[in-house]
Amino acid sequence: MTQTSAPGKLKVGKVGELVPRVDAPTKVKGEFAYASDLIVPGMLWGHTLRSPHAHARIRSLDISEAVSMPGVHAVLTHDDVPGKKTYGLEFPDQPVLAIDRVLYYGEAVALVAAEHPEQARRAAERIRVAYEPLEPVTDMERATEQPPLHAEGPARGHGYFDDPRPNVVRHMVIRHGDVEAVGDVSVSGVYEVGIQDQAFLGPESGLAVPDGEGGVDIYVATQWLHVDRAQVAPCLGLPLSAVRVHLAGVGGAFGGREDLSMQVHGALLALHTNRPVKIVYNREESFMGHVHRHPARIWCEHRATREGKLVNVRMRILLDGGAYASSSTAVASNAASFAAGPYEVPNALIESTAVYSNNPPCGAMRGFGAVQTCFASEAQMDKLADALGIDPIELRLLNALQPGDVLPTGQTIGGSLPIAETIRAAAALEPPPAEELPRDPVRLPGGTGNTTHGEGVRRGVGFAVGFKNIAYSEGFDDYCAARVRLLADGSAEIHCAAAEVGQGVTGVILQVARTELGIDDVRLAPGQTATVESAGSASASRMTWMAAGAVRDACRAALEEQQRRPGEEIDVERIYRHPRTTPLDPQTGQVTGERAHVAFAACAMKVVAEVDVDLGLTRIVWIGAAQDVGRAVNPQQVEGQIEGGTAQGLGLALMEEIQTRDGLITNASFTDYLIPTALDMPPVESVLIEEPEPSAPYGVKGVGEPPTVVSTAAVVGALRAATGRELTRVPVRPDDICL
Amino acid sequence: MRIVLRVNGEEHEADCWEGESLLFALREKLGFPGSKNACEQGECGSCSVLLDGTLVCACLVLAAQADGHDVTTVEGFARGGELHPVQQAFVDAGAVQCGFCTPGLVVAAADLLQRSTSPSDDEIREALSGNLCRCTGYAKIFDAVRLAGGRA
Repeated sequence: MTQTSAPGKLKVGKVGELVPRVDAPTKVKGEFAYASDLIVPGMLWGHTLRSPHAHARIRSLDISEAVSMPGVHAVLTHDDVPGKKTYGLEFPDQPVLAIDRVLYYGEAVALVAAEHPEQARRAAERIRVAYEPLEPVTDMERATEQPPLHAEGPARGHGYFDDPRPNVVRHMVIRHGDVEAVGDVSVSGVYEVGIQDQAFLGPESGLAVPDGEGGVDIYVATQWLHVDRAQVAPCLGLPLSAVRVHLAGVGGAFGGREDLSMQVHGALLALHTNRPVKIVYNREESFMGHVHRHPARIWCEHRATREGKLVNVRMRILLDGGAYASSSTAVASNAASFAAGPYEVPNALIESTAVYSNNPPCGAMRGFGAVQTCFASEAQMDKLADALGIDPIELRLLNALQPGDVLPTGQTIGGSLPIAETIRAAAALEPPPAEELPRDPVRLPGGTGNTTHGEGVRRGVGFAVGFKNIAYSEGFDDYCAARVRLLADGSAEIHCAAAEVGQGVTGVILQVARTELGIDDVRLAPGQTATVESAGSASASRMTWMAAGAVRDACRAALEEQQRRPGEEIDVERIYRHPRTTPLDPQTGQVTGERAHVAFAACAMKVVAEVDVDLGLTRIVWIGAAQDVGRAVNPQQVEGQIEGGTAQGLGLALMEEIQTRDGLITNASFTDYLIPTALDMPPVESVLIEEPEPSAPYGVKGVGEPPTVVSTAAVVGALRAATGRELTRVPVRPDDICL
Repeated sequence: MRIVLRVNGEEHEADCWEGESLLFALREKLGFPGSKNACEQGECGSCSVLLDGTLVCACLVLAAQADGHDVTTVEGFARGGELHPVQQAFVDAGAVQCGFCTPGLVVAAADLLQRSTSPSDDEIREALSGNLCRCTGYAKIFDAVRLAGGRA
């Protein structure tokens, strides 16, 4: 049930109150400035020439004709990159512009700046690139036997297990207890996940403005301003202080804006032409402009006692990272950490490998490794329940993790983790009774296609539970800064570089500041690198927790300072860190300190589906979700995260997959890459389980990812129940569910 | 070529290249960036505007085709600082997250409510099925349409 505030009354309240977003009025009026809306006098348009090959050597590159095209001000290649030629989130293995080879379809090769975007596009077509196509590495299972795409092994020497095989980004094994332990029963399965795209609606965009003194201001839609600056400045050969990154309006992110897109390219063109340069990707280019969710193959064996207690979970996880590393090492580790699901597992052998290939590069996407393994392990739990003749929800409750239990990594769960409560709450939600026939075809599989009147339609109920970590893990120095200015007029100005990507962190910051300062008149200054330290990434369900901690601490420090210096303006900055984590042992996958992950959040979901088994069409009827949220800062926004996160998992279950042929993307459009529409989404009934996280400010937990982690598994569970099919691959195709 | 059209009740002129869409002209030449450029092939509805009162994707209309016609964009809905009832309902219901789809949805929802003040849930779903949203899962958008309809 959605509650709403009094119409027309805009206020930002305190922590825990249901308040409208401060950015909503400008967004509904069309006045909110997204990165693609920016416009300044004298602005040029940038365009990127991209590789038509998944793997090729560049024999020659001739820009002479392009340079002389009308309206063209610059045509740049790797020769024009003045600083470091490569960059990357974890390892600098990706060239700013291709040097002598291309490793994926859509890799950036050259740049053009022109007066009109069409002039820039046409000039790019006249750049002559002689490619010598090479055999692409496209099968993740064969990648470790094929010639290395990165012979230098960029991931080596970073504290991970140094795997001698070619094309391994990271390989790790978690050995827990007696890895050979046997139970009374055993179930096995092999599961596969396709490549999912974030498909944020606002394509990659930004504006780079030269400052006339050799430096540059970049206004961009991103998730982490300071890490952009840390990657951009070395490529431009500039000190950090000469590169100022500003947050422009972000049209969704979901992990796809963690890596750079146009930042260095725009800055290069702006500095070269001494004119502001705007780059806006179109939808096709956006599919090449960011990393995607890793496709996965997962081999599982679950062993249990006759009573249903898990004895040993053995899994082998293979993830295709594509051409460059991005955050593949962390995704591989996360997939392993959460592979066994939110269950107490006394013995486990979990192997996880991310490989390089010539497929589209993969990295962060909402759920970050846990989505793929949740799909596999929850299918296994249903299979186990079936083999044992135990109710699947009872089986999950029997094995549910609780604080004090030990994870396969050896970490003892310290904070809040109400798995059993979450399962019970979701199980208690009652779906609506099956609607009688005849009914409007819009409420049948096939919808307005009018493909059935109910014949061949079967109903099934699925259930799944999943969890993942909050914030960065494995020893990463994860922090967030906030700066508070108490002004002479009694108001306060907050500076925090946390990226508002649509998740509502702006409201969180203002709610916390009001709560701490006890005043209404608080505003958040525009996010930028020059006025405040890093906030870290708007990723990993961390931003609410981290920004709340930093703003709380800075507000309290400001009030103390005000007591010491009454009547003066106050300006303080504080850095908040969550409890420290430590790396996993590279040989055993076991924790080397108290914890590798700081905290966890869970979600359980019940799904009702109808399947037309004659045509392989589906209709998801209803979804009930219970989520462990710590404490809801703004319940309306939390519900919104659950509903939206559920939709993305439903998309992966039913329709979303980037398709490739020999590494080339064949469906880079919203005509061919489908995401859920208003007709695909059922009502989502959500219950918030509020058990405060003791180590977090106000007891909050991140809420963005858990629903995405679990909804794919729950939706496919419902399709299995309706069809009796094993359904080991997502997205499920019509052929898979035609009986 | 030179085009003259009425946008949100006022006459505007623009110098356009023949291949430019109405969306490009609105956003880049006429100062109406409210309509969004999410797919530019008529799949997502982010650029929805009313052309002589008919709901269209501005990306699928050539700027030249709009010559001499009336266009209403999302910027034309609020009156004298007051949000349009559909806009207010989107704010109140929590129907906005990143907001990139919001302008198109506001136009499409207003168009629906123009035809019917109390559409059924199925009618709302169908009417908005041409507008993609990646953040909200649509639930609060449906709430907003019901809220706006109920207030009318």
